Amino acid sequence: MDKKTPFYDKILEAGGRMVSFAGYQMPVQFEGLIAEHTRVRSSVGVFDVSHMGRVEVKGSQALDFLNYLVTNDVSSLDMYQALYTAMCYPSGGIVDDLLIYRLPDHYFVVVNAANNEKDQAWMREQAKGFEVEIVDRTDAIAQLAVQGPKTPEVLAKLTSANLSDVGFYRGLETELAGVKMFVSRTGYTGEDGFELYFPAQHANLIWDKLFEAGAEEGIAPIGLGARDTLRLEMKYALYGNDIDKQTNPIEAGLSWVVKFEKEDFIARDVLLKVKEEKPSRRLVCLEVQGSGIPRPHDVIVSDGTEVGQVTSGTFSPSLRKGIALGYVKSEHTKSGTELLIRTRRGEVAAVVVKPPFYKEASRK
Amino acid sequence: MADVPEELRYSKSHEWVRIEGSQAIIGITDFAQGELSDIVMVELPQVGREVETGDSIGVIEAVKAVADLYSPISGKVLEVNTNLSASPGTINSDPYGEGWIAKLELADPSEAEKLMDAAAYKEFLATEGH
Repeated sequence: MDKKTPFYDKILEAGGRMVSFAGYQMPVQFEGLIAEHTRVRSSVGVFDVSHMGRVEVKGSQALDFLNYLVTNDVSSLDMYQALYTAMCYPSGGIVDDLLIYRLPDHYFVVVNAANNEKDQAWMREQAKGFEVEIVDRTDAIAQLAVQGPKTPEVLAKLTSANLSDVGFYRGLETELAGVKMFVSRTGYTGEDGFELYFPAQHANLIWDKLFEAGAEEGIAPIGLGARDTLRLEMKYALYGNDIDKQTNPIEAGLSWVVKFEKEDFIARDVLLKVKEEKPSRRLVCLEVQGSGIPRPHDVIVSDGTEVGQVTSGTFSPSLRKGIALGYVKSEHTKSGTELLIRTRRGEVAAVVVKPPFYKEASRK
Repeated sequence: MADVPEELRYSKSHEWVRIEGSQAIIGITDFAQGELSDIVMVELPQVGREVETGDSIGVIEAVKAVADLYSPISGKVLEVNTNLSASPGTINSDPYGEGWIAKLELADPSEAEKLMDAAAYKEFLATEGH
């Protein structure tokens, strides 16, 4: 039996076509994937992301614990700042990718929906010996992502806080539509936007106020389908597709979230070795030349030899062509390299390009 | 609820057939286009090809999914809707009209009897748990 987020009734009312996703009933689309995608790129859309896992980490050693647990440097965080990071197994494989916020009396961690249970079990196991408390807040706190260049205009109608002063990956506690909440300038689309975290009992009120305030800007709900095409155009990795237990952050292009200069952390030595010896494969962006659409598991070929595999592939609504992410042997990862992708409809030519695929996003 | 016109015949793989004497027009149903959502590419059947019921005769690519097009009936491909190459989304907006895919010369017009009528297809959609 799937769970429902606090917005379930509102989403049904808005015409969401529901699917089972990570143990939740979630909308895959509303008006249509391309229309929703375009709406976020040009104006503003609302994603219910309450299916994601939310966890509080507190206690006198919360910082020490988190800095041991994840690859990025949690001690670098200012108050109300967010950090994107990987969390690895000792093997270097990825447990999950996550966001960590520094709040006044705890750290607030947001993890992928499909990994929530696994992550919390992993965190509790690693927490042995640390003076920390790990509290599941998934059900108690609702989460909405309001994304698109017109987001600041819409939210300004609901709060007296000066959101335009909030930097990227920064946040603040404020009142919005009369509800005290935490608001951060984060998202998974490449566009300007904010994520709202508030007590789940206010879900209906916030949903209604948001759509009322954004009517003029053409605000609309967005499904999982467009969420995926938006993130893929930005080369944001998706756990389960592009990263997982069998991949490490170095080959996934996430070296920027691995801070070797901080104190010891899980998988440090393994990852350092990978970095020094250079990974044998890397996650690259592939843009199709012509009319094919790559799909996950399609084989990538060079001179008749298999050199990699597609992990995410789609038709890009912004570029109007097929795009893909895939792991490719390191000698074929230079931008401009021409490769072939074996799709269901035959081999299509593709070229390695620099990320992101979509370069006009309001926030990259 | 997906639109299911009374006068058509339907396959379990969600193609429709409009019988016109010894010929038939085929396409995919409103239900099928809705499931696929935003169709962005269509590989059309080959004109002149002799096809049998259930043969894969084309490919329909949506943003997030790809599906084979199966021939709902046996015959020879007489004509295909070349407008779909430039405007594949026509299948989404008008699946039973401008979004038709191919015209066949039927091998055996009585084969149409084996396909579901509108009532049976509606029942099929309901019981398949869609």
